[in-house]
Amino acid sequence: MTECKGCGNGPNEPKFMPDWSKVFVSREEFLKVLSFGLSGVIGLIAVIPGAGFVLNFLFRPQAPKWVKLGPLPNFKEGETARVGFRDPFFLPWDGVTANRSVWLRRNPDDQITVFSVSCTHLGCPVKWESKAELFMCPCHGGVYYKDGQVAGGPPLHPLPQYPVRVVANNVEIRIDTALTEG
Amino acid sequence: MKVLENLINYIDERTGLKEPFLRAILHPVPKGSTWLYVFGSAIMTCFIIQVVSGMALGTIYSSSAGDAYESVKYISSVAPFGSLLRGIHYFGASAMIVFTGMHMLRIYLMGSFKYPRELSWLTGVGLLFLTVGMGFTGQILRWDQNSVWTVAVGANQAMRAPFIGKYLVEILNAGPEVGAQTLSHIFSYHVFLLPGILIGAIVIHIWMVLFNGISEPPKVGELVDPATYKKKYHDLLERDGQPFWPVSVSRDIIFSTIVVLGILALAHFVGPPAVDIPPDPSIIQAQPKPDWYLLWYFSLLAIMPKQLEDVSILLCPVIAVLVLLAPAILAPRGERSPSRRPWAVATVFMVVSFIGILTYLGVKEPWSPNFDAKAVPIEVIGAKSGPVYDGAQVFNTKGCLFCHTISHYGGTKGPDLTHVGSRLTHDQVTIRVINGGNNMPAYAGNITPEQLKSVTTFLESRK
Repeated sequence: MTECKGCGNGPNEPKFMPDWSKVFVSREEFLKVLSFGLSGVIGLIAVIPGAGFVLNFLFRPQAPKWVKLGPLPNFKEGETARVGFRDPFFLPWDGVTANRSVWLRRNPDDQITVFSVSCTHLGCPVKWESKAELFMCPCHGGVYYKDGQVAGGPPLHPLPQYPVRVVANNVEIRIDTALTEG
Repeated sequence: MKVLENLINYIDERTGLKEPFLRAILHPVPKGSTWLYVFGSAIMTCFIIQVVSGMALGTIYSSSAGDAYESVKYISSVAPFGSLLRGIHYFGASAMIVFTGMHMLRIYLMGSFKYPRELSWLTGVGLLFLTVGMGFTGQILRWDQNSVWTVAVGANQAMRAPFIGKYLVEILNAGPEVGAQTLSHIFSYHVFLLPGILIGAIVIHIWMVLFNGISEPPKVGELVDPATYKKKYHDLLERDGQPFWPVSVSRDIIFSTIVVLGILALAHFVGPPAVDIPPDPSIIQAQPKPDWYLLWYFSLLAIMPKQLEDVSILLCPVIAVLVLLAPAILAPRGERSPSRRPWAVATVFMVVSFIGILTYLGVKEPWSPNFDAKAVPIEVIGAKSGPVYDGAQVFNTKGCLFCHTISHYGGTKGPDLTHVGSRLTHDQVTIRVINGGNNMPAYAGNITPEQLKSVTTFLESRK
């Protein structure tokens, strides 16, 4: 302990911390508690709206939205194509950052599957190698088959898929905050 | 000079700052505080360089997601001194991280973290993480394709945290996905929140250095005992301590000048990191990579057995914090000399080697497919038609080339197949192509019988 005169160590020196037993009988002790309490109130008033503002995204309602990817005839049977779209939750100053991509596969049985472009290993964007019929990740070499199942490399889970529907001959996907695993 | 003296006295009369300043600058330091003691002040110098260059860059940089990329391009190619300033800011950050590492190694090896300086070590660990945090957020502010996907990769790792993963992702992205709020939040963290905490932590750190004094060079067999240490230290200072100013300070300033000149030279001759293509996540030509100081961690995730990945992604940072905090908590007393602490020396050697090797691997990326690999040419194939030639075309187009090398053509992720014909039989090659194995995909559903026959013929011919 360092020596300090006037720091409340001596018997007759003023103390910094309140004496709880005298809070309601001593003016000084009451004012100490009042000052601590009001400082806390000031801190909370300063912090709570600010924290709420910084974390606004946690309180914004995020109801899923369906996004059009294009007319069904645009997608050839047996082929996988990259399709771009605009994030439905975009903000006016997003710029090109709100652009998104998915891999859309139209199977010969006319079933449509839409995959996330993000590798399930670390989230790098996977490429479709059409001749090899494989999705390949440039980061750590994750490989997926055309149905999104893991073919090799470090990923443990298949490529996530988006819920798909065809409305008025248009392919649409549902954008949620979390993707299901295919 | 008289005018200056009068001015100082005028200020001192009204502030009382002269005495604490002189006490700080003239406080005695132990004899033998040599060039090994200059890293702390070098970090401080780098930090000042960062603050000045950062404030200058901030006058043009736009933190709007729609404009940030163009503003960085403008700073880099049009604004006077813009490229130089970006270079200074980048190499200043790198130097700060390098000298923080060297400072910590010096403190650890000399046992300077022991009583009464344990809290200096703990705040130092905090400063290390804050510095790396500043570097990571600064990389994102470039707001090019690599930055956007680096955030995505970070979010993907955070997603693995049990229960709180979704919330961590939202906090990192400032929303469910990368977007406008990601950049404005990270900008705010980079220029307000983290520097604010950093300055506070630096003040506390320096206060403790002044309060406890600079640790004396360790002597073999002189153990730290909290009951006697402070008296011994003060006796030592009284016996043969020397004032901090001017000998030690001049040493610090000489080294800091060399560091600043080095930063300036690198900024001028090497230049700032290139700005990638625009931050459009729909363009998927991206190979996100952290800046050099986090490459080792990126490599660790690449070579980690995949079953351990989830655990290691979550536990590695926690373990790193605990390991860094441990010395001050577990060994606050005892021997300081490195010659009597062989395990400490071995630990430093292992950690430096581990990070060095992983960083080298991170630069080389032997685990990544080479999408730019040139097709195996006819002179290597050895045929212009026939099954060997056809097999080479299958090899070139079916993705084999991205991972396997044949006579220096192709990637390095998988085994070199230049002489595969001399070590595997026809059946073994066929089985491997059909079934895959280790990291290789099974081609059973992706290859026709004719293609299989020709590619195995081609591979058998590689002897």
